[in-house]
Amino acid sequence: MELIWAGLVDALRRIITLDPVVTEAAGASLAVSGIATALSIVTGVPLGALLGLAAFRGRSLVLSLFNTGMGLPPVVVGLFVAVFVWRSGPAGDLNWYCTRQAMVVAQFLLAAPTVVGLTAVAVQSVDPMLRTQLQALGATRWQATWIFVRESRLLILSAAIAGFGAVISEIGASLMVGCNIRGDTRILTTAITLETSKGEFGNAFALAFILLAIIFAITALTTWAQQRKRPA
Amino acid sequence: MSAVLDARTPATGAATVLDARDLTAYRGARAVAHAGTLPLREGETLAILGPNGAGKSSLVLALASLLPATGDLSYRGAPIDPPRYRRHISVVFQKPLLLDRSVRDNAALGLAIRGVGRDERRHRADQELSRLGVGHLAARPAIALSGGEAQRVSIARALAVDPDIVFLDEPFSALDAPTRETLIADLARVLRGRGVTTVLVTHDRDEALSLADRIGVVIGGELRQLDDAETVFGMPNDPEVAAFVGVENVLPARVVSVTDEITTLRIAELVVSVTETPPSGDDFPLLCVRPDDIVISVGPIPAEQTSARNVFPARIVKVEPIGRRMRLVLDAGFPLIAHVTRQSARELDLTADRQIVASFKATVPHLLPRHRRA
Repeated sequence: MELIWAGLVDALRRIITLDPVVTEAAGASLAVSGIATALSIVTGVPLGALLGLAAFRGRSLVLSLFNTGMGLPPVVVGLFVAVFVWRSGPAGDLNWYCTRQAMVVAQFLLAAPTVVGLTAVAVQSVDPMLRTQLQALGATRWQATWIFVRESRLLILSAAIAGFGAVISEIGASLMVGCNIRGDTRILTTAITLETSKGEFGNAFALAFILLAIIFAITALTTWAQQRKRPA
Repeated sequence: MSAVLDARTPATGAATVLDARDLTAYRGARAVAHAGTLPLREGETLAILGPNGAGKSSLVLALASLLPATGDLSYRGAPIDPPRYRRHISVVFQKPLLLDRSVRDNAALGLAIRGVGRDERRHRADQELSRLGVGHLAARPAIALSGGEAQRVSIARALAVDPDIVFLDEPFSALDAPTRETLIADLARVLRGRGVTTVLVTHDRDEALSLADRIGVVIGGELRQLDDAETVFGMPNDPEVAAFVGVENVLPARVVSVTDEITTLRIAELVVSVTETPPSGDDFPLLCVRPDDIVISVGPIPAEQTSARNVFPARIVKVEPIGRRMRLVLDAGFPLIAHVTRQSARELDLTADRQIVASFKATVPHLLPRHRRA
């Protein structure tokens, strides 16, 4: 019990004094997961909207694949990305092994299926008759798709947050392709693992609090966006 | 409502805006509605009337090029190019289908889609909302509207793009009766003011009569009759149309004789005289009489005191209220339905088992061929 109490006090001190161990890892986490999530939104929302609205043979199969992708084990993604960017791998020339770029790629692969799958569900939740109505108003396919995306924006925001939540808490893939280099590829989750293994519970708690605070802040923001009273 | 009907100008002789020939609408691979010829005249309001599930919405969606269809559809004399054609039309559905935006943005949606500038969009949307009586709601979020208000916004959205043709697909059917009545009156005024060509889908005969210049009756996926309201209601094309437009007496008859003035028929063992000649070559036509056209008397009517040529003693089998009137089921040697006012039923003491006299003039019945012709 004393150990936990001492760890909590130490954590608070480190957060207040902006201990580099904590700030570097938090900065790296936000940067890597932020960019990976942004990329998954930019690519996943249009793809999800098209998969949700387009009618083509095999659509269910493609959607099933993306839904399966939501449950991809991070270590498996880490393995594939590591092999890919390994010096002798297909993208070895990029020299991305043990870099943030490789971590972004791995986290993108983990977040994108969630964004695609949930965006497809989001646009399908809009009344399908709206499509006929938009067609009747002279909308092109792209205009109609954009209006559907706008109509389901709150659900799509949830999709993006779910994607971010999945990667900010992830450890396996980031550790495998980022190599946990201090001040560079060390993120909150990999730092917590390391500090715990060293018995530095103060550091580990401080990092854990920051991670929880980030997740709480993002979740609170989403809830606020979904529940706020719409402007009159 | 009749004032609305009277105020509309019949569009006979007007140019044909849209012309459908042998048009078949499909949902998936299934043919769901068909119209042999359906010309839409400039400025008219055409009601497509039919029971639920008859295919009238499908037919109209095909006319709006929103459902796959085969056949010929031409707009102002040229075969339609769907994307271009849709920029000349508007459709209002049963559900208002408003976006989660302000009322004004919803009314301006069609204009935004057409790339109209922000200021003009706002001006035209506000103008249209005011015409429909919801101008004061322009800044409100659309999700906060009542059903009637939302449908007004939906109509404003349709009219804001200044369409050549407006298709209204049962726009009032989800509304309560008072809301529906005021909206119909307001819409009639707006349509009359603009002279826009309108196609209204409805299963409600009164709604069709209130708004339409012509009525097309769709039953079983087929456009069975397309005529002015008086013809559709007075001289329906076939028994099913007759039944749908409220002709409750459709009686199998046999032609006895035909002269220049009178056709004599037999129904059961009774003789009926009508002025209409039977459908060509049909000795076994169907005789149609509207229940409103049957006169009920409680005492015998001396032949010299009535111009009605068809007078039958009858027994009242059943009396049942229908809205503001009473429906009498009679046995006159053949079954006969008559409608009377509640006041008449009271004053004449029309109750079950009472012996009465039913009569109708020879000019009243309409004769239909026994079998519908393809």
